[in-house]
Amino acid sequence: MSKESGLLIANLARQGVSRRTFMKYCATLASLMALPPAAGRAFAEALAKAPRPSVIWLSFQECTGCTESITRSHAPTLEGLIFDSISLDYHHTLMAAAGEAAEAARAAAIKANWGKYLLVVDGSVPMKDGGVYSTIAGISNHDMLMATVKGAAAIVAVGTCAAFGGLPKAQPNPTGAVAISELVKDKPVVNIPGCPPIPVVMTGVLAHYLAFGTLPELDKLGRPLAFYGETIHDRCYRRPFYDQGKFAKTFDDEGARKGWCLFELGCKGPVTYNVCATTKWNDGTSFPIESGHGCLGCSEPNFWDAGGFYRALSMPAEPLKVAAKAVAIGAAVGVAVAFSNRTKKTAARTGHQTATLADLEK
Amino acid sequence: MDAAQLLNWVRGAGLQLAVFIFLLGTVWRLIEIYSLGRKPDLAEARHVSGASGWHTLWRRSIPIPGMMQRAGLTYIAGYGFHIGLAAVVLLFAPHIRLIHDLTGLSWPALPSPFVDLLAVMTLVAMLVVLAERLRQPVKRFLSTFEDWLTWAVTFLPVLTGYLAARHLLLPYTLTLSLHILSVEMLLVLLPFTKLFHAFTVWPSRWFNGDAHGRKGVAV
Repeated sequence: MSKESGLLIANLARQGVSRRTFMKYCATLASLMALPPAAGRAFAEALAKAPRPSVIWLSFQECTGCTESITRSHAPTLEGLIFDSISLDYHHTLMAAAGEAAEAARAAAIKANWGKYLLVVDGSVPMKDGGVYSTIAGISNHDMLMATVKGAAAIVAVGTCAAFGGLPKAQPNPTGAVAISELVKDKPVVNIPGCPPIPVVMTGVLAHYLAFGTLPELDKLGRPLAFYGETIHDRCYRRPFYDQGKFAKTFDDEGARKGWCLFELGCKGPVTYNVCATTKWNDGTSFPIESGHGCLGCSEPNFWDAGGFYRALSMPAEPLKVAAKAVAIGAAVGVAVAFSNRTKKTAARTGHQTATLADLEK
Repeated sequence: MDAAQLLNWVRGAGLQLAVFIFLLGTVWRLIEIYSLGRKPDLAEARHVSGASGWHTLWRRSIPIPGMMQRAGLTYIAGYGFHIGLAAVVLLFAPHIRLIHDLTGLSWPALPSPFVDLLAVMTLVAMLVVLAERLRQPVKRFLSTFEDWLTWAVTFLPVLTGYLAARHLLLPYTLTLSLHILSVEMLLVLLPFTKLFHAFTVWPSRWFNGDAHGRKGVAV
């Protein structure tokens, strides 16, 4: 990772991005983030003057899918170029350095940019058994996070694992995984959940921070409202079928071929806040529902534990596992109570004393 | 906890817990009640023609002569909400889908607009019986906390279900969650309150009729 200084715009220009393309990108981003029309220009001006920020990217219990999403989404794009233009001082997967040299780069970046660098985290942090389940250079994820958080200006938790715990936190959570926001309380944390998150959402937040020096407005789960303000369902092009009660019942029936609503096939669109239905994936090609598969709800907390992906939201999350046990325990309690009642009755009968007329006259 | 998290809980852990308590309680109470037994009747049984127990199932279901004039509203509203409730619970297509999902059993559904009508009828009838209970001094005097509670846990599933099905008032995710939650409350309370009459009403009527028959009272 080179660390040469310079403005973002200069870096983009060197890579052959014209001013026009850059303005278009800024206008798109501004509208995507629901900023007023005039903000596009302000965005561009501020972004053009922004110095290359130092970014430290820590990867904990994760699958690298988030990095794949942002780096390989579709090439070449301005998202990718802006991503290239930040001074990414530490990133396991992308950096050339290894071993002690890599850790030295992290230490140097922290020192050189103290209080100014952005910390991007993907992956959850294991807390059980002293955090032994994930270590880097012999340092536990928790220790590395805490050491790096101290000098960070803000933290961006990328992906559902970092934002909400994700797959590592799914039951039975063997490593005691927690989300970044559970550990970092004294610095602003932006959650960009998704498995993986949409590239433009990641760069949009970075660009917002670069341009305005602040983080975008967040919802109560710490997600940028501009991207997570509406459900997939609210923006889904299949929504009219839902409203008409036209549902695909299987993945290859007539309804599925006609593109009807996938609610009954387990689509989690109605309870999932994300921007897939509007920005789409692969350079605007499509998104899961457009490809004929329901939404999994990957940008929501604990989506792995929300029951089968193919069970409708109005159906039980999983089959009843408790029925036989409940009947058995109920029968046992019933028999025990019956036995106790019988004993009481027998005791009452045997203890019954007959009263004679003579007794009453005493 | 937002609506989506609530929905996840009510259709996951909450449902498992409610069904567990419902089944446990129901089996327990049925065994307890029917194992109590009666003292052996040592008198010789008198003979009356007909099956008194079975007749009583029917006879006790129709108003006693004169009562329709004196308490017509109670009968009409009472029947209205019981029949409406049974039809809404058992003959609404999404409910049949649910039962099919859980047990593999299924049967034909009523058209949804008709179920809508029945749901409104049920709600109105339940409000009428509540108003009657509040209005009449004797009924009000005889009512305990359990009466108000069982009314509420029966009313809420119908109300929230209607709101959810028609997408009224609140966001669908929330009304659906509240609907399932209210049904779970009903399931939990049913075995341990007077709502248990859902299971005991017919055997009790049969027993009363049969006992009367033994004593020579034709029914």
